[in-house]
Amino acid sequence: MEGVLPINQVVSEVEQQEYIINMGPQHPSTHGVLRFLLSLKGEVVQYVQPHCGYIHRGIEKMTEKITYPQIIHLTDRLDYLSAHMNNEAVSLCVENALQIEVPERVKYIRTIMAELSRLASHQLWWAAFGMDLGALTTFFYGLRDREYILDIFEQTTGSRLTQSYNCPGGLMNDIHPDFQKKVKEFIKNFRKVLPEYNQLLTGNVIFHERTKGIGLLSKEDAISFGVTGPSGRGSGFSCDLRKSHPYSAYDKVDFKEILYTEGDTFARYQVRMDEMLESMNIIEQLIDNIPEGDYALKMKAIIKLPEGEYYQRVESARGEFGVHIISDGNKNPYRVKFRSPNFSNLSAIDSMARGFKIADLVAISGSLDLVIPDLDK
Amino acid sequence: MFFNYIGGIFKGIKTLLTGMKVTSSYFFRPSKIVTQKYPENRKELKMFDSFKGEVILTHNENNEHKCTGCGICEINCPNGSIEIVSMFITTEDGKKKKAIDKHIYHLGMCTFCALCVKTCPSNALDFGKDFEQAVFDRARLTKILNKEGSKLMKGVE
Repeated sequence: MEGVLPINQVVSEVEQQEYIINMGPQHPSTHGVLRFLLSLKGEVVQYVQPHCGYIHRGIEKMTEKITYPQIIHLTDRLDYLSAHMNNEAVSLCVENALQIEVPERVKYIRTIMAELSRLASHQLWWAAFGMDLGALTTFFYGLRDREYILDIFEQTTGSRLTQSYNCPGGLMNDIHPDFQKKVKEFIKNFRKVLPEYNQLLTGNVIFHERTKGIGLLSKEDAISFGVTGPSGRGSGFSCDLRKSHPYSAYDKVDFKEILYTEGDTFARYQVRMDEMLESMNIIEQLIDNIPEGDYALKMKAIIKLPEGEYYQRVESARGEFGVHIISDGNKNPYRVKFRSPNFSNLSAIDSMARGFKIADLVAISGSLDLVIPDLDK
Repeated sequence: MFFNYIGGIFKGIKTLLTGMKVTSSYFFRPSKIVTQKYPENRKELKMFDSFKGEVILTHNENNEHKCTGCGICEINCPNGSIEIVSMFITTEDGKKKKAIDKHIYHLGMCTFCALCVKTCPSNALDFGKDFEQAVFDRARLTKILNKEGSKLMKGVE
């Protein structure tokens, strides 16, 4: 037995040693092909280096070769869970550049669709967040209710996920006659189901232990990293574009901006849970008042933007999504830049995870609600 | 300290039971379960009318289609999944006219953005309702949409 160290001495040496491991790129808890390079001392995270680019498709470059209506099908594939909002951003940017006003009906339908996809996105996030923390039941419950929204999408737009429904000048096709009935049915049902979510996860002691006080992000850090959306609002950063810079029909509805000041994982969780209620309030205010009219403007066959730079931002399910188009007067854009919310949100993960355990990193990255294709573009 | 510990255990059990109340209530109410038995219920499964499946060229009962071979769908497709091979035919009154030889559609490249169907000036294209598109060979994803021996419908220019 010579040369073998006693066990407590081995443990203390391991705890002092700094070692580096990879988390991902195919770890189920990283929500996609994202690699975290972790430096650990024992179980405690020293620093996190996110390595992205595994699903880089060069979407910004691809847009330089295609026309403006064709960009829509690519922005679907950035943040696939808020495809409607991404499409809306491009459509609004092109419409602002051409200085045209879409009909009221289009604005109402766009807002309802955006809020429905925000609901669907938050439901999937809730499902996956519970699963990250080991509560597998939430995954099935979240996906069950999301199915109703996907059915509504499929009936009107033709696809479940990458809808390509907005286009410059309006919508691809009119809403289905059953649309309003189905949306109202869904909201009635989901108001009953949401308390179940709270019973399953929000009140659970194990869940509180795993989330309260974990992954602290101060308001100053949130602003300097550009963390927007529910993740930023969990730190008290008032960044809701629907409230501060209303677009589409958001200036016609009355809703609250959800703000929590704790800045921990549980605060970010609560922001999203409350946002689901607010989204339902917005939809209820609009669904009965959709004005009659055209669903799209008659656009030219080839859309050419006047020379110049145009920027439009919208509030997607994860934060501020921006489109910056530089046009040289041709039918193709000269350069397009997408400001994806996930990239900025990811940049804060190092300062959030330092000093916490490796198991908490899963909770922190889950609470940021990362969608990797949006991050890598 | 000790009482906090014991109290924590009981609180944990209580919240655990609250969650289990929800799941067990579904266990005793099987009518509320929404899952479908997919491969078995294939016959009853019907897609919505607006469902975007693969692109098809609609033919009527006389094996006639509406495609004039103008190539607008080919220009509008962002991925190059449509190729039109055109030819010149002589009509009954002796004029030379452009018509399609092959309307080639690469399903593997298609992203179902509906730009081709929407921009077609003669409404020749439509979406199929088939949703099971898996094949064993990649070559089978390339389809020729116009049927053998099909002609241009009368009255479509």
